[in-house]
Amino acid sequence: MIDILFYVFAALALGGAMGVVAGRSPVASLLFMVLCLGSVAGIYVLLEAHFLAAVQVIVYAGAIMVLFLFVIMLLNLGHNYHPDLKAGLWSALSFAVAGALFGFLGRQLWGNRTMTPEAGDSVDALVAQYGAVGAIARPLYTEWVVPFEITGILLLVAIVGALVLAKQRV
Amino acid sequence: MVIDFSSNLDYVRALLPEIILCVWGMVVLMAGVWRGESSEEGPRAEGLGWLALVGVAFAAVANGWLHGVREVGTDGMIAVDGFRLFSNWIFLTAALLGMLVSFAYVYRQRLQAGEYYALMLFSVAGMMFMAGARNLIVVFLGLEVMSIAVYALSAFNRRDRRSAEAGLKYFILGAFSTGFFLYGIALTYGATGSTHLPTIALAVSNGTAHGALLLFGVALMGVGFAFKVSAVPFHMWAPDVYEGAPSPVTAFMSAGVKAAAFAAFFRVFLVSFQGAYESWYGVMWWLSATTMVGANLIALVQTNVKRMLAYSSIAHGGYLLVAITAANQASAGAALFYLLVYTVMNISAFAVVIAVSNHGEERLEFEDYAGLGRNQPGLALLLTLFLLSLAGFPGTGGFMAKFQLLLGAMDAQLWVLSVILVLSTVVSYAYYLRLAWYTWMRDPADGGSPLPVYLPIGMRLALVVGAAVVIWLGLFPGSVLDLARASAAGLGVAGPMVEILH
Amino acid sequence: MSGLSPGVFLVTSAVKVVAVFSVLMVAVAYTTLAERRVSAWIQDRMGPNRVGPFGLLQPIADGIKNFLKEETLPGTSTKLFFVLGPMLAIVPALVTFAVVPFAAPLPTPWGTVPMIVADVPIGILYIMALSSLGVYGIVLGGWASNNKYSFLGALRASAQMVSYEVALGLSLVTVLMLTGNVTLTQVVFEQQHLGLWFVLPLSLGFILFVISAFAETNRLPFDMPEAESELVTGYHTEYSSMKFSMFFIAEYAHVITQSALMATLFLGGWDIPFWHGDDAFYFQGQWIQGFDAAGTPVLATLAWWKTLLTLGAFVLKTSLFVLVYIWVRWTLPRFRYDQVMQLGWKIMLPTALAYLMLIAGTILVLDEISVPFGLTYGLILTVVSMIGTVVFTFWLDRDRVISGASPSARWPLPQSMPSVDVPQLSETDPSQAAVGAGGN
Repeated sequence: MIDILFYVFAALALGGAMGVVAGRSPVASLLFMVLCLGSVAGIYVLLEAHFLAAVQVIVYAGAIMVLFLFVIMLLNLGHNYHPDLKAGLWSALSFAVAGALFGFLGRQLWGNRTMTPEAGDSVDALVAQYGAVGAIARPLYTEWVVPFEITGILLLVAIVGALVLAKQRV
Repeated sequence: MVIDFSSNLDYVRALLPEIILCVWGMVVLMAGVWRGESSEEGPRAEGLGWLALVGVAFAAVANGWLHGVREVGTDGMIAVDGFRLFSNWIFLTAALLGMLVSFAYVYRQRLQAGEYYALMLFSVAGMMFMAGARNLIVVFLGLEVMSIAVYALSAFNRRDRRSAEAGLKYFILGAFSTGFFLYGIALTYGATGSTHLPTIALAVSNGTAHGALLLFGVALMGVGFAFKVSAVPFHMWAPDVYEGAPSPVTAFMSAGVKAAAFAAFFRVFLVSFQGAYESWYGVMWWLSATTMVGANLIALVQTNVKRMLAYSSIAHGGYLLVAITAANQASAGAALFYLLVYTVMNISAFAVVIAVSNHGEERLEFEDYAGLGRNQPGLALLLTLFLLSLAGFPGTGGFMAKFQLLLGAMDAQLWVLSVILVLSTVVSYAYYLRLAWYTWMRDPADGGSPLPVYLPIGMRLALVVGAAVVIWLGLFPGSVLDLARASAAGLGVAGPMVEILH
Repeated sequence: MSGLSPGVFLVTSAVKVVAVFSVLMVAVAYTTLAERRVSAWIQDRMGPNRVGPFGLLQPIADGIKNFLKEETLPGTSTKLFFVLGPMLAIVPALVTFAVVPFAAPLPTPWGTVPMIVADVPIGILYIMALSSLGVYGIVLGGWASNNKYSFLGALRASAQMVSYEVALGLSLVTVLMLTGNVTLTQVVFEQQHLGLWFVLPLSLGFILFVISAFAETNRLPFDMPEAESELVTGYHTEYSSMKFSMFFIAEYAHVITQSALMATLFLGGWDIPFWHGDDAFYFQGQWIQGFDAAGTPVLATLAWWKTLLTLGAFVLKTSLFVLVYIWVRWTLPRFRYDQVMQLGWKIMLPTALAYLMLIAGTILVLDEISVPFGLTYGLILTVVSMIGTVVFTFWLDRDRVISGASPSARWPLPQSMPSVDVPQLSETDPSQAAVGAGGN
């Protein structure tokens, strides 16, 4: 059951990702992106990482993508963007590089596919002890508290920067 | 005083300079809001700058206090070692000088002073996080804090199209390079199973790291760093951004950002990827050689002073890459010393440019400097001093720093690179001295109308400090050099490893 | 989960899904009727009373009408997204209910069945996730219609929902802090355990939640997206027949779900007040009623009539909030768009943040001086919260942040204003005319 669901979600995620690239209109691409992110959230659920799944949907699908949709709708009204997407040598080159990287990583991972994951605290045990949120909140506020706080500063800086540049009165 | 990271509270003490800067950034922001929207009141706009400088002073006190602190127990997210503290001094110097040269500019261009100084403080905090990070995640976050603040600063002058262009270019290419960097971190994590630098170092040196993945990770992180230090061929953004950004921002970022990127570069490559030296040694060699040669040659044909200084800044990045290629104790100490000297002399040179350009974006061509020696002999003298120091003229700090780099490279038996370093330095004399020649020998094209130059107190202070430091480090480098060497020793670089190759 | 064998779990879950879905759909239908009857009552009219006794068959007639009406598809619309819009709107509205516990567990011969469709470990976060997805339907529908009014409505809807989601989430966090977990079953249990419904110890959180919930459901006074006097009907202007109906069902399903959430989060859910006989919580493999003085679990006594009673309590509380929704809609005027945004970002968000700090600090202090989690604990929080609420209310009631529609409220006219029968509408100074009108 879990295996089948995994392949369903994986296929949806990959299909969505391809749809993003191949979509005819930006809005279609965006919806494919939402599909892709949602499928990844589904995979998180299969991995018992419920909190991550919820946050994935809330933050990416629910907030960031809505803002993208906003921007696309506001900027793209009646604009024909097809000439902007120049094909040719560069895209061929990027495809080649991306393909080479993909092939290389694929080969590496295929060669190590029997690698067993390192022993660590099982997610189930952590969730049982601290709850779905506590299992992730605990390391976040103890071991990783410094990066966590720096992220706060980062967001503040980004907000200040955006406000400075977007303010109407100068 | 002892710091033990097994207690989370000790992070507050270990991160005191960073915390002070961040909190002070918020204080300055609030003060800017309370000051009101109008930027008409000049003295008060400058008041915000002085307020920000108070924060820098507090951070400096905290940084000095950390010198007496010893780290025990397990490694934390942040290193408390000499390397970090010395780097912090460099960033604080950059902040001090960068703010001093900004005062009049911010006032004249009617920029939003509160946000301007706050962003500067935040970016300095980001630099400190980068230099002190003992975890790749912290390196990345510090990089982002610094970069985003600087992106916004580059585009800060909303009335100037070129400023917007600079901000956008910097932002897009910076985001691009961040992508490389982050992917590199991910692959390194995949290869070693950790983002903790000492753990990575262990995995790399005893060979448990996954070879090919690690190679890709190292390569991608190298590309990310190369973007940030604007090494040729990843330098394309630098001249346009340096030219378009407000001049004080250019001064600040050409020194501070570069120093921070190099500090993190050193820590990551010389500590974590030490064991994989053979695989990145060659790349660094070529990167450094092309940067030195390319940047100096292109700088020869520039006619805009800011662009010339931009290429000069790229070239200095090339010299510092020599230290990374050498990867030994002497080079690490020399690089720290070099970064300090470079920060002071580069911002000071920009200070003169800002003064001549009337705290705006005027009179930036070489031609505009004609007659400066006659009208403003003092300023012209200072400019000449800073240019000579940038070029590496004996008796100036620049010479001492470059000499130390050269010693480090010879120590690592990098003969060819040493020769390139010397030759490209000789080439660089041409363009630095060309500007000096315009200053002293040329008459202005329009027949000698005097250049009105306004030198407010902040600018005077910056120029005096800059000149004093450049001369002092040129003549009596001993104590600072010893401190730099001792600081680099804390990094734990094993020593010259070229023997592996020979 | 909950100690049921997989077969029983599957069967009971299927039954619960079907039952909850059907009840929800019927409830939606009758909420529309209730809305019309209550509005008629408020406006001193009769309301629909022709179809069936007291008009009770009116929703069925409406449903048939909607099915039989012509389905229009505007020629300039983007077909795919136009069809997709209503679908994306209705799905999140309906599936949100899955995590709401609606009664005490039911003992059956095959094991004790919890009365909740899916007790997922992330309860409230699941609700947040789905409510954030609800925007897509409205935005896509409005955009694909290729109509100015629809598009404006869609933009307003998404801006509004994104803005108020922040305050909604932050007011929820206070509940989570008091509960110590995010599952709604535990939220209900902790309210039983505390002996107080969270509406008292978290009074300001409740107020913020209600305001945000109104904004999230796009109901008056926050119905900017479909403001019929400016935007025809906003994002569903171009929709007809069943597709329009789906937007309509989504809105009412949202109303019911939000009401159920308010009841669950702040009014004890299915808990019957002043009686501990109904308390039940799945704790370490068994159903418990609570803990005795020594901290050992006391087993719960379950019965089918308790399940029925608690279900009644839940329905009662939910209906109460649905009525409040309707009452507010027919009583308050609509905000201006800038007022909505000001309220969201300049009042709700800072207040929610400050309140969060207040509650977190109080909880920290109470835990540090080891006050046991019980009535005293709740009462101290109630007092602190009430102070916060009073301060908030007084602060809000100053007519400064949310300015009135006329300038007179902010800049009172001088007493000796010459009385003008007809305001002078001069082209040069329209503000004078507005002042004159406001002064009369």
